Amino acid sequence: MTKEQRLKKRHNAEKRFRFYGLASIFFALLFVLILVHNIFSKGSSAFMKTAINVEVFYDKDLLELELGASEEEILEADFFDITIESLLKVYPAKNMDEEDALIELFTTDAEIEIKKAFLNNKNLIGKKINLEITASDDIDQLHKGNYPRDLPEDRRRISNFQLEIYDVLVENKTITKNFNNYFFKNGDSRDPEIAGIGGALVGSFYSILICLLLAFPVAVLASIYLEEFAPKNKITDFIEININNLAAVPSIVYGLLALQILLATIQLPRSTPLVAGITLALMTLPRIIIPCRASLKAVPPSIREGALAVGASKFQSVFHHVVPLALPGTLSGTIIGLAQALGETAPLILIGMVAFVVDIPSTPIDPSSSLPVQVYLWSESAERGFVEKTSATIMMLLSFLIVMNFLAVYLRQKFEKRWN
Amino acid sequence: MNFVLIFLITIFSLSLFFYGRSKTKSIAIEKNIKLNALPKFYGYYLVLWCSIPSLVFLLIWSLFEPVIIKSIIIETAANQGAIFNDKNEANLIYEKIKAIHLGTYFGDIDSILRESALAYAKFINLFTNSKVVLIFAIVIVSVIYSLKKINKNNKARDDVEIILKGLLFVSSLIAILTTLGIIFSLLFESIKFFSVINIFDYLFGTNWSPQRAFVRDASSITAAEFEELKDAFGFIPLIAGTTFIAFIAMLVAVPIGLFSGIYMAEYASLKIRRISKPIIEILAGIPTVVYGFFAALTVGPFFRQIGENFGLTVSSESALAAGLIMGIMIIPYVSSLSDDVINSVPQSLRDGSYAIGATKSETIKKVVIPAALPGIIGSILLAVSRAIGETMIVVMAAGLAANLTINPLESTTTITTQIVMILVGDQEFDSPKTQSAFALGLTLFIATLILNYIAQRAVKKYREKYD
Repeated sequence: MTKEQRLKKRHNAEKRFRFYGLASIFFALLFVLILVHNIFSKGSSAFMKTAINVEVFYDKDLLELELGASEEEILEADFFDITIESLLKVYPAKNMDEEDALIELFTTDAEIEIKKAFLNNKNLIGKKINLEITASDDIDQLHKGNYPRDLPEDRRRISNFQLEIYDVLVENKTITKNFNNYFFKNGDSRDPEIAGIGGALVGSFYSILICLLLAFPVAVLASIYLEEFAPKNKITDFIEININNLAAVPSIVYGLLALQILLATIQLPRSTPLVAGITLALMTLPRIIIPCRASLKAVPPSIREGALAVGASKFQSVFHHVVPLALPGTLSGTIIGLAQALGETAPLILIGMVAFVVDIPSTPIDPSSSLPVQVYLWSESAERGFVEKTSATIMMLLSFLIVMNFLAVYLRQKFEKRWN
Repeated sequence: MNFVLIFLITIFSLSLFFYGRSKTKSIAIEKNIKLNALPKFYGYYLVLWCSIPSLVFLLIWSLFEPVIIKSIIIETAANQGAIFNDKNEANLIYEKIKAIHLGTYFGDIDSILRESALAYAKFINLFTNSKVVLIFAIVIVSVIYSLKKINKNNKARDDVEIILKGLLFVSSLIAILTTLGIIFSLLFESIKFFSVINIFDYLFGTNWSPQRAFVRDASSITAAEFEELKDAFGFIPLIAGTTFIAFIAMLVAVPIGLFSGIYMAEYASLKIRRISKPIIEILAGIPTVVYGFFAALTVGPFFRQIGENFGLTVSSESALAAGLIMGIMIIPYVSSLSDDVINSVPQSLRDGSYAIGATKSETIKKVVIPAALPGIIGSILLAVSRAIGETMIVVMAAGLAANLTINPLESTTTITTQIVMILVGDQEFDSPKTQSAFALGLTLFIATLILNYIAQRAVKKYREKYD
């Protein structure tokens, strides 16, 4: 091998090595893109829902209601008969089986929707009105194009007769896509078309709020102590080792801690945002303390010395001068810690937030779900409609995380002083 | 009730602030003396003395009141003739009594329950009354004490600062309390577990099937059941599955993470670095439940499809899918740490290598990486500890049955998956099945602790070398 050949070989090796590095970064980038694309293409359709236009006749005799009936009377009245009557008018069904198949095209909550429309306008008695009744999950998925219709009938969830009706509806333009308000408003449900993340949103909000209220003050006070006041001794070392280790403990261990201490010993109510918030606070605390200490450390000693020189006490120099300067870094560290807590799932599963909760929690001590747990719950469901709901929930979760992270970066860049 | 008390204490404390401030001012004018601190510090001093002791007392009381009342009520119910065999039945009766008291119970009420409910009402009343009285007493005593101090013109600023410093110290102790809480809660249940299952059967058993442990009180196990239980809790398949999935993850994460770390530290221009570093770190910010969803619904079926095309049977919950996605999640942990570590290798080492004619990649391979090796190994160990503690990806994408296998296309299970599977839904305390989850948690805790300790020491030692 000549000298030139050897040199060429070495330079080729150099190029290869460089390429590996670039390829690795490119791979990570590609994966982020694939993941986001996958979630968005699956989830974006969940923000729309399919509805079928139905002419509803509020028959006085079937409802057994008089004009000017009170709210309670209406709530107690049976709307089942007029619901069936109205739905059957959509398409001529010949026998009982066909009637059942026709009614299956609509959500199980059709009766409630018809009742709600009546509650909004009590003068409808004896009158006809066109209502957009939510379609069942299968029709919803078919209409959105997520469901293959060229399968043999026995492998489809929708029968040939139902497809026939669907085609007529499409032709008459009585089937429409509307904004899916149920997705944001409703709690969990077994039926994908009326299931929503309302309960999970509120649950996550309460949990993160409690986590913030507990973790932020404690983390700031603890880091002030460790950075500014702690004497160099065994106790301080021990606390520091503890904090570093806690930051690396797997999150599921915090779930076990909460199960044993918060639920079994103190007997706080299961499945509630209160317990979730405390658990997340314990988990987030060391993760907030570390950036808080770093931002306190970044404040130069001249600030402290200047304050002390004009007669401030140690306390005043810290609280009047050092802490305000370190605050942007502290806040951005806290927000990033909270973003991690918002996405945390495993400990919440252990404290029972996987319970099936239909009602939207009104206080932090009501049973509830949370966004990531809702993702987990729905991803286990077999119905096709839940796949798009899960992806849409992930989209919501990711957008919250993006907002929080941008806020953290903004705070740091806008307000943090650079000491050079 | 508690909210009313907290509200009253807050209002009273605030009014004391203004009282203390004006009082000391008037004393100073009246007696014509110089105050030892600004008047507002006397206000703060009163506020702290009024609020802290009473609030701490209220917190402790509220933590223990329900537990104490419960044990008293269960005892009185037992004295009345209520029959319950174990803790769960006792809890049920207690809940019934509570519901009767609140008027939300609609079942049959017999005389025992009615008597107990009356007793419950009595105790609740007694406890609430004594709580209020005690809190008032504490507030009065501490306010009188602090007022006396103020009248003597104490150095209020110093005293306030001492109290606040104590508060700071207490908040830093919460980290220690959390560690103690973790150790206590894991050990407590694990000891119960190991009193039924021999620790060696656990550590060296090759069969994990906790569903065989019927939900039953551990203290009343028959000999036959004991034999059955003995080989239901073998840890080997779990640690094998966990390390196997973590190994696949590291096969993905180490090369990609290390190469991107090297590229960012040695080659990338400032501009590329500024863009690529946050993008890689996005991978660490995505919640693991999202990865789990992606692995279970997209990657798993995708591998299965590919396998079918090649005539292979791939489980849709294969170790490969879970490991691959977990590896991608871990990339940033390897890359950022190794980036840092490589950056802190002194430039003089590189310059020496260039001076004798080495190319950049030769310098990296022969000089920089050997110099940075302890730090790189530390960062890989930290990533391993993340991998074995990771829960959601494996819960959603890996299998549930404990399979002793090294075929990446088959399904296998992990420690964390089993903890979740055992504890999800309703658990019965005091059954070996539930306790085994805590034993697994303890094992996991110890394993990650050891890994982190070694990793942190390696990184620290390396840093000291070049500082």
